[in-house]
Amino acid sequence: MTALVVILSFTAVLALVLILGNLIVKGASSIDWAFFTKSPVPAGQSGGGVANAIVGTAIIVGVAALIGVPIGVGAGMYLAEYGSGRLGFLVRFIADVLNGTPSIVVGIVGWTFIVKPTGHFSALAGSVALAILMIPMLARTTEEMVRLVPNSLREAALALGYPRWRTSLKVVARTAMGGIVTGCLVGIARIAGETAPLLFTALGNLNFTVNVNQPMQTLSLQIYVYATGPFDEWHRIAWASALVLMGLVLIISLAARWVTRQRYGSIR
Amino acid sequence: MSAVRTTAVLESQAYSFWYGPTQALHEVSCAIPPNAITALIGPSGCGKTTFLRSVNRLHDLTPGARHEGDILLDEGSIFAPGTDVVALRRRIGMVFQRPNPFPKPVYDNVAYGPRLNALAPARELPDRVERALRQAALWDEVSDRLREPGTALSGGQQQRLCIARALANEPEVLLMDEPCSALDPIATQRIEELLVELKKTYTIVIVTHNMQQAARVSDYTGFFYVGRLVEFGVTQQVFTRPTDERTEAYITGRFG
Repeated sequence: MTALVVILSFTAVLALVLILGNLIVKGASSIDWAFFTKSPVPAGQSGGGVANAIVGTAIIVGVAALIGVPIGVGAGMYLAEYGSGRLGFLVRFIADVLNGTPSIVVGIVGWTFIVKPTGHFSALAGSVALAILMIPMLARTTEEMVRLVPNSLREAALALGYPRWRTSLKVVARTAMGGIVTGCLVGIARIAGETAPLLFTALGNLNFTVNVNQPMQTLSLQIYVYATGPFDEWHRIAWASALVLMGLVLIISLAARWVTRQRYGSIR
Repeated sequence: MSAVRTTAVLESQAYSFWYGPTQALHEVSCAIPPNAITALIGPSGCGKTTFLRSVNRLHDLTPGARHEGDILLDEGSIFAPGTDVVALRRRIGMVFQRPNPFPKPVYDNVAYGPRLNALAPARELPDRVERALRQAALWDEVSDRLREPGTALSGGQQQRLCIARALANEPEVLLMDEPCSALDPIATQRIEELLVELKKTYTIVIVTHNMQQAARVSDYTGFFYVGRLVEFGVTQQVFTRPTDERTEAYITGRFG
């Protein structure tokens, strides 16, 4: 029995090792300084980089987090602290349905409500689509984290004369802060790799731009386009982009773990 | 702090309480004298804690809770419309069964109440924190650890920290719900000595399962049994010549 479990866990780890190993073997050789600082060059030429995609990923994910974190965390706080009634049940149900919605459907929603009315693809539409993916995730993890705060702490604050809303903010939210921040980072890591919701929203852009009203490139879109393209040079860049994206997600995940370990933030 | 301060009188008038359909308290009436320790004893589930929490209006948030009768603090009903619950809870401090310090530095734990209630200008805060910690007989042990998290203290120290936190608000009444049940005998003894010291300045109501403790520290004792206050009187009399046979059965250990 023990042997079986060991083999199974080894298999699970093996998947990660294979992915990382493969990415390093095929992608690492293409990564140089220019890869991070230059935009792509026309097909057929060598050189160039994916600076546009790296900056684009940062902007689109950053804006998505700006939209998604307050709403998601707020909804989670509401669910945990006040969500015992019918409205709470409804919000929870909707969050669960949204959580299970295929991400490409969310992309279509972004297209219908932002791209079509405004008449053009934009990074902002991509951010909104990613935020929609993020909100239910954050709402449910925040709710879990806030529920872990012992009731005795709430009562202690109430007994000191804290009004209920201040108890929620000053004692409950602060105690759960470590868990909530971890949840946010995990959510950000998750949406950083999304491609489908961006296909009809951010679209992709071979040029460098920081204008959120314009189509914008992300690493995931770059990988999608270059990996399916006909040129060997593109495939090389796609592998390298995948390695960079993987590294980015890994860093965010490690940051999440680090935050969880912090003494003050963690729930005892 | 040496002079005896006359503090509020707490009076319960035919107070009944329900959790949904279940009646937990039946017409509890008693007057709790100021500057004394009143112990509430009785078997588990008899309503002592429910009564204590009622005094602090902690049941406000319990779904399905309702009450009849009244509880008076200094002759004013705590349930009167327009009563400021926040101000009420400032006058009535509470210490819980399990030590529940905030996961914050020791200093901040004590400063929470005064900060919230803006009781003192910021520059007087350190004095106030020190005074509360001294009153709780904790200052000597934590004066050089004020920046450490309150949760890093020992169990007995945590409970005294919670007492200091309640005292920093300078309440008139101190409610304690089995404050020693999670502590070892030495920590318990320290808290008991502390209580005797504190009754000079506060009106103290303590719920306890430990009858020796009630007999040792309290001036008055109330015996609860299945939601009724069966007997209330001077501790010595309740323990030596109880008027109700159920009280006698309980304190002699025949049930409970």
